[in-house]
Amino acid sequence: MTPPLIKPKPRNPVRALRRPTLPPPARSRAALRLTAAAAEGRFELQHCCDCGTVQYPPRSACVTCLSTHLEWRETDGVGELIADTVLHHSNELYYRERVPLRLGMVRLAAGPSLLAHVHGDCGSAPTPVRLRAHLDKSGQAVLMALPSQDTTNMADDPMLREMTSDPKFRKVLVTDGKSAVGQAIARAMIDAGAEIVWAGVAEPWKQAGGLDALAKLPQIEQVTLDVTDEKSVRDLAGVIGGKVDILINTAEFHRAHGVADRGTETAHAEMEMNYLGLLRLAQAFGPAMQARAAEGSVPATAWVNLLSIYALSALPSHGTFSASKAAAFALSQNLRAEMRHAGIRVVNVFPGPIDDEWNQLLPPPKLAPAALAGAIVKALREGVEDVYPGDVAQDIVRRFRESAKVLERELWDQ
Amino acid sequence: MSRASYDGVVIAAPVTIPYVRYSTRDAHWFLGRALAALVKRAGVKKDQLDGLCVSSFTLFPDTAVGLTQHFGLSPRWLDHIPMGGASGVVALRRAARAVQAGDADIVACIAGDTNHVDSFRANLANFSRFARDAVYPFGAGGPNASFALLTSYYMRQYGIAREDFGKLCVAQRDNARAFPLALLRKTLTLDDYLNARPIADPLRLFDCVMPCAGAEGFLVMAEERARRLDLPFARILGTIERHNAFPDDPIQIRGGWALDRDDLYAQAGVGARDIGFAQLYDDYPVINVMQLEDLGFCEKGAAADFVRRNSFTVGGTLPLNTSGGQLSVGQAGAAGGYLGLTEAVRQLTGQTLGASVENARHGLVSGFGMINYDRGLCSGAAVLGRA
Repeated sequence: MTPPLIKPKPRNPVRALRRPTLPPPARSRAALRLTAAAAEGRFELQHCCDCGTVQYPPRSACVTCLSTHLEWRETDGVGELIADTVLHHSNELYYRERVPLRLGMVRLAAGPSLLAHVHGDCGSAPTPVRLRAHLDKSGQAVLMALPSQDTTNMADDPMLREMTSDPKFRKVLVTDGKSAVGQAIARAMIDAGAEIVWAGVAEPWKQAGGLDALAKLPQIEQVTLDVTDEKSVRDLAGVIGGKVDILINTAEFHRAHGVADRGTETAHAEMEMNYLGLLRLAQAFGPAMQARAAEGSVPATAWVNLLSIYALSALPSHGTFSASKAAAFALSQNLRAEMRHAGIRVVNVFPGPIDDEWNQLLPPPKLAPAALAGAIVKALREGVEDVYPGDVAQDIVRRFRESAKVLERELWDQ
Repeated sequence: MSRASYDGVVIAAPVTIPYVRYSTRDAHWFLGRALAALVKRAGVKKDQLDGLCVSSFTLFPDTAVGLTQHFGLSPRWLDHIPMGGASGVVALRRAARAVQAGDADIVACIAGDTNHVDSFRANLANFSRFARDAVYPFGAGGPNASFALLTSYYMRQYGIAREDFGKLCVAQRDNARAFPLALLRKTLTLDDYLNARPIADPLRLFDCVMPCAGAEGFLVMAEERARRLDLPFARILGTIERHNAFPDDPIQIRGGWALDRDDLYAQAGVGARDIGFAQLYDDYPVINVMQLEDLGFCEKGAAADFVRRNSFTVGGTLPLNTSGGQLSVGQAGAAGGYLGLTEAVRQLTGQTLGASVENARHGLVSGFGMINYDRGLCSGAAVLGRA
């Protein structure tokens, strides 16, 4: 049985910091589809549309009938561990630091045999298991066999923890602790076992509802942070930058503003906070987080960006806001590409309209801040990197993938 | 339709370029030396080699084509066989048919690789698309993990013990002690084998071949040409090859030999009981055991009993890998697929460098190559006979 994760002792500052290394990231183009599904928490395999064969490793033609009409479909991970081994040696630096390491061959009920990491709570072969695809530290999908029934401390398995970002014992910065969303996320992190939650507060002389109650929680530390002010961001990074394990950027400026509305002040303010704010945070906090990405049992692990589903396709009634979130989305993709070198997971959250004052005129369903916070905790625990929380976000992303052009028209009159 | 025999075509001039654990040379250097050794051994001019067959993992960006210019050859028949451990048997089959058909008079078959300090790791990373997508990302660089999985499955399925694998490894090491080119010649006891450093359960250090640098080569030509050149030769009695056999087995428990061995022995006109020695492809002892079954020395699943009832040193009831095999000589990349062939020819022509098997009329050589994803895809075997 997996021993429970123990709260780490403070690091000895004289000892060398373990430098982050990565598992091998190279994949064929076909295999990247496994990654694409795992990025959203799904386990998909290649299915032949003509003969129904389910195959792995990914191929360019069907192994049974040679059809090239292949589709990636969600697949049941039920299978049997038919052989297992413990690696005591690896030629790769990343794995050299992590042996002994359990690997096994899983025969899926759906057909193929798959090489997978094996959770420590799985019995010896032969034994029933559940197979899941997870992003590893390199950001690419690997397979992991889990015990067929959940076990106590299952999330604490060392290899599973390499692929997830559980908030337990972690130190979290929520960049805007004033907003309802920020406060809900701060509470959710504490409920998930975070050790410290720094709640960023801009303009602390201004009152904000709920902040006093939040500040009473022992894990909360209120810190001054204005992401529109470079000095403010740098000052805070100078104090806590070397400690943040999870950064959740909730700072957001949002008005219902379209192109025809006069002036650029609103657009400017949105870009200052939603786009440039993220850039300032990335420059100030990114390097230290990357340096600590392999430190001890609870290393720096994830960076969460609160975007909007309208980053994918603009909502004209909130046009400048959509534009600023699209810019932030593009920036966060770059951030992900850069942070992958250390294995820091960049999680992009694309909510539909949140149930707050700036979405007053949008019809329900609207996303409650607590639901959004719950979705973020779930994503961190499961190691997912793209999250579309709530019914509207789910609906829009589906429409976006069916036809971006049709969706563009559909959003005109909302 | 029965297959045509190889009558009138022979294999001769076995050469080995001594192995080294690590080398600063490149594959071209080793292959060039193998070619030079063949020319010298046969007493022919380089230009008389009108057929060339090459196998190597570390030749990139070159192939056999580049080597023709590199070595100043103008062959009228050329082949490049990227089949790893099956390369030797496959090269022999291709070359023999070319000579038989008159497409070439003398085919030089060479295989070799270098081994730099970090080249093994680098080769693994790009071994194949399936390995890159589905094996390498898991830390299972190289075949160790794949063989660990199939070894543990085999042990569970057929009740074979580590002591049985150990008996084969110890016997091969005994054979290697007389073979001057073996890199590992220190006595290996069963205790040493059983208690060695764990690599990937149930495999320990002496279950795994040691990568090294080196080259092997031989010539294929008409029998009368070999006689004119005064070259001792062995006859090619039967051969088989098979790729991706039994793809529906969820994990590898047998190789292509199980599909083709009747064909092999029918063509050779001899059976497993007539085999005087076996040079089985031995990157891991489980593969030896699999081949003892699949090549008909015993029934499937009966190898444990067979191993316990037989002895495998040069003087044993079934002399196995009489030079020590790859497990003791080392695995010089693709040359590992040639090692058994050159040793078999030496045994059958009285040219052994180590101990000789008395009175062996027939030798069996097998090849096994290319762990593409979860299993070895290429299998081959040849029965050679004393002239």
